[in-house]
Amino acid sequence: MSNYLIAMATYGAIYAILALGLNVMWGMAGMVNLGIVGFYGFGAYISALLTVKAHAPIALGFAAAMAGTALMAALVTLGITRLRDDYLAIVTLGFAEAVRIVAENEIWLTRGTDGVSGIPQPLKSLLGADFNLAYLVFCLVILAIVLFVLERVRRSPFGRVLRAIREDPQVAAFAGKDVLKFKVKAFAIGGTLAGLAGALYAHYSSYIVPEIYVPLLTIYIFLALTAGGIGNNFGAVIGAFVVVFFLESTRFLVGVIPWLTAEQLAALREFFVGFGLLAILMLRPRVEGEGTKR
Amino acid sequence: MEKLVQLSLNGLMAGAVLAVPAIGLTMIYAVLRFVNFSVAAHMAVGAYAGYMLNVWTGLPAPIAIVGAFISAGGVGIATDHLALRPMRGYSALTIAIASIALNVMIESAIRFGFGGRPRDYAIPLRRDWTFGFLHVGPQQIDNFGIAVIAMIILFLFLALTFTGKAMRAVADNPMLADSKGIDPDRMARLAVGIGMGLAGIGGMLVGLDTSIDPLVGFRAILSVFAAAVVGGLGSIPGAVVGGIAIGLAEELSLLAMPATYKSVVGFLAILVVLTLRPQGLLGARA
Repeated sequence: MSNYLIAMATYGAIYAILALGLNVMWGMAGMVNLGIVGFYGFGAYISALLTVKAHAPIALGFAAAMAGTALMAALVTLGITRLRDDYLAIVTLGFAEAVRIVAENEIWLTRGTDGVSGIPQPLKSLLGADFNLAYLVFCLVILAIVLFVLERVRRSPFGRVLRAIREDPQVAAFAGKDVLKFKVKAFAIGGTLAGLAGALYAHYSSYIVPEIYVPLLTIYIFLALTAGGIGNNFGAVIGAFVVVFFLESTRFLVGVIPWLTAEQLAALREFFVGFGLLAILMLRPRVEGEGTKR
Repeated sequence: MEKLVQLSLNGLMAGAVLAVPAIGLTMIYAVLRFVNFSVAAHMAVGAYAGYMLNVWTGLPAPIAIVGAFISAGGVGIATDHLALRPMRGYSALTIAIASIALNVMIESAIRFGFGGRPRDYAIPLRRDWTFGFLHVGPQQIDNFGIAVIAMIILFLFLALTFTGKAMRAVADNPMLADSKGIDPDRMARLAVGIGMGLAGIGGMLVGLDTSIDPLVGFRAILSVFAAAVVGGLGSIPGAVVGGIAIGLAEELSLLAMPATYKSVVGFLAILVVLTLRPQGLLGARA
């Protein structure tokens, strides 16, 4: 049981970093990334392949995952951030699908749907049975660092410019701010965090497959961020842990409601994830990070 | 060369099918000004409604598809009224995200009722027709015909009837239309009903070609979006042109890429069009 709780807390910390990454893009800069799961997967694959195939040190894998996703996030947004925000949403959704399809099909590199296994876990041989607990502490420390840095960013001049762009890009541009540059930077920061979360997951589970990186995961992260309050870093962290708790606790209902099949319960759970997201969006008409009511 | 002609023919027919839900998406966008992601789930609603009529009551597929239109349109109006209408007035992006939540809810409801396993329509097995070197599946022809008929009916409705003209007026200039006494709420309901109905037809057509499961619409959604964006979001003729362009591009990509990469073509097309001509081929505004 304690092992289970440790695993849940680890997932909570990883989701929290993803939610924080989304918060930089959506909450702080007003750009929606419907493909956050794609950046998460991209980072996971970079670190996994570097350490498994090229036998690179794990630290290098993490660094490359973050740099790679940052670059990719900048590239994806560079051409289109000048356009309306809903186009960015469509393009990022497509990006995530493209990442999954490439991972499924470039078998020579990713081993396709078999997935990459044997991803090294840091200090596993040294820690033995204590690995899981130590890795949870590692994740929490990283989460704390990310949270600390993002709070600094939010209060910095850079964060203020992002908020100004979110509220009204034209006014920000009129004030002499290079809106495009700020948007690309915000997206790259968010991408970096998604890549970091991806590497954290890969080196924790030691095994990744393309089917982990489905759009539903993006919905979970959106739910985590909206539940905690869009634009609120601490809320994003709490929201992520609440979402993981909800997803996991409903698993135990299988025995409690015997007339429903496991698949029906899974469908029910997803239904309530969608319902939760919808209800929160409806009930919180005007929170920080949301477009102005017209 | 023969392969090129064959693939172009396949692409044309697939593109016409793709154009139907793309028109639905673009029409809702034209009147309501937000990207409604729940088009994917409504494609599945239509596919399953058509499945029930076709397999359970034994109606032939071309008649069952009318039921797909009506039920997807009905579900569209109902869910829009309950979930998205209360949010009008908020930013287009917020409503778009709400429509994703709605999409998850509808797809989960279908999975709850029908399970996730693929199901096949009860359609007679027919041999491919051969014209010289060209091979055509009769089901492909049927689907192409149904798609074209649906589009012709829609164009006649928009061009000739008073309601159709009123709807175009709202899409063109909502304030002016409002001042002329056109009820915007009624037009919004109509656009959602017809748009989601068309999505339902599209979902069933896709299903007739392969099989259906709760994600039948979601798997096609990138191509549908690509069709709408390439043609110009909000332009109905654009969605037709965009659908055929994406259909052709996806089939012709087989010359250079393995078939599994087909769905990436739509994504690339969106990127290229947004970079070079953001308003799309026939769109008026970016």
